[in-house]
Amino acid sequence: MSKNYYDAADLRKFGKIIEWNEELGTKFFDYYGKVFEDGALSAREKSLIALAVAHTEQCPYCIDAYTKDSLQKGITKEEMMEAVHVGAAIKSGATLVHGVQMMNIVNKLDS
Amino acid sequence: MATKSLKARNNDIANTQRQLEILSNGIFANGELPTFATKIKETNQFPLRPKKLEILQINLGYMCNQVCDHCHVDAGPDRKEIMTIETMNQCLEVIKKTGAHTLDLTGGAPEMNPNFRWFVEEASKAGIKDFIVRSNLTIIKANKKYHDLPDFFKKHGVHVVSSLPHYTKGKTDKQRGDGVFDKSIEALKSLNEVGYGMPNSDLKLDLVYNPSGAFLPGNQQALEQDFKKALKADFDINFHNLFAITNLPISRFLDYLIASENYEDYMTALVDAFNPSAVANVMCTNTISVSWDGFLYDCDFNQMLNLKVASKVQHISAYNEELLQNRNIVINQHCFGCTAGAGSSCQGVVA
Ligand code: SF4
Ligand code: SF4
Repeated sequence: MSKNYYDAADLRKFGKIIEWNEELGTKFFDYYGKVFEDGALSAREKSLIALAVAHTEQCPYCIDAYTKDSLQKGITKEEMMEAVHVGAAIKSGATLVHGVQMMNIVNKLDS
Repeated sequence: MATKSLKARNNDIANTQRQLEILSNGIFANGELPTFATKIKETNQFPLRPKKLEILQINLGYMCNQVCDHCHVDAGPDRKEIMTIETMNQCLEVIKKTGAHTLDLTGGAPEMNPNFRWFVEEASKAGIKDFIVRSNLTIIKANKKYHDLPDFFKKHGVHVVSSLPHYTKGKTDKQRGDGVFDKSIEALKSLNEVGYGMPNSDLKLDLVYNPSGAFLPGNQQALEQDFKKALKADFDINFHNLFAITNLPISRFLDYLIASENYEDYMTALVDAFNPSAVANVMCTNTISVSWDGFLYDCDFNQMLNLKVASKVQHISAYNEELLQNRNIVINQHCFGCTAGAGSSCQGVVA
């Protein structure tokens, strides 16, 4: 039994989720595959978005997958780090903008 | 960044037997990783057989002005293996009578062979359709005596295929050595100046991209677009096609994989990406590779592993195309590198 909740080798087994529900699993992977094809956005741009979201979601599997995927697409480490900062900026902005709600409540309650 | 070949460093990976041992057993328990033979048996492609010969690839020697991290040749300035005039003459005899339409000169840096120009002049008289020289670019700028290479290539209508790992300085220099990127750009400019790589020009200039680490190459077309866009915008450089090739787990790349603890993951990734439809077009099915000392191999990789052709004919001096057509191709675990994803060959993807 692995001692960790996350095991890098589990990423390779992702496809196995189909075995326990073929219909939904297949639908998911079809959709997933389609999303990452070249479209109005290039596959390269989509990889950078995925990399940023992988960080804000803090999913180690996705970070692993989209770091490799970015390397495969010839994306540089500077571009990758900038994408992560975009994710971080949105995440911190999203935290801070809720400060307005806090301010509203304080202003209403605190005479 | 190493400055010497594995051979000069007495690294045990320089020993081809050792490489084959690692490839066959490696860190995988027996049966954990399927063999390449098993995989191609499953799709009825075993034994792997040659089709019509199209490409004669000649390695003029392992000497090189660079010592790239991932070199599958283990080339470098310290490698003294160089094809002699005698062997070149034997090759010329074969070039004159072969059915192959492509002649592909490689190395090391083929230009460093002292008889390189003579050989190109003689070989170009033989009327081969596509005459390729694989140039590492920096050699053109390495020394005054090579500065006129673009004109020399043009004079003989040579098709120049050059390696450039990335369109950014950082990634290229990391793999190939400090200063390589700037010199490569200068060399590309001189090639463009004489007409190489320009749109609609017959002077063909193609680039070879290989990943800068333990990962597979992405989509060749998308990479070509990125390279074209960046090289044009940043340096006003033109080229024709980009060939994306996979790093095969041999020689210095194997050494790197082991040292960086990536060997297990990389081999697994290659096997997972095995693409049966790439098998029919792997390089060895239409190529013969000749080593600096005139021996014959199914491909440049088998040459570096010292796996000679499985034929009565094993040397250029006894060359017999018909007999060679009748051989089985020698395969091993490194062949997974040619059949992963879209496949990989000296001309890029194959599937
Ligand atoms: S990869 Fe090419 S340029 Fe680099 S050391 Fe090997 S032969 Fe020379
Ligand atoms: S490594 Fe050589 S023998 Fe093996 S598949 Fe590739 S080209 Fe063929």
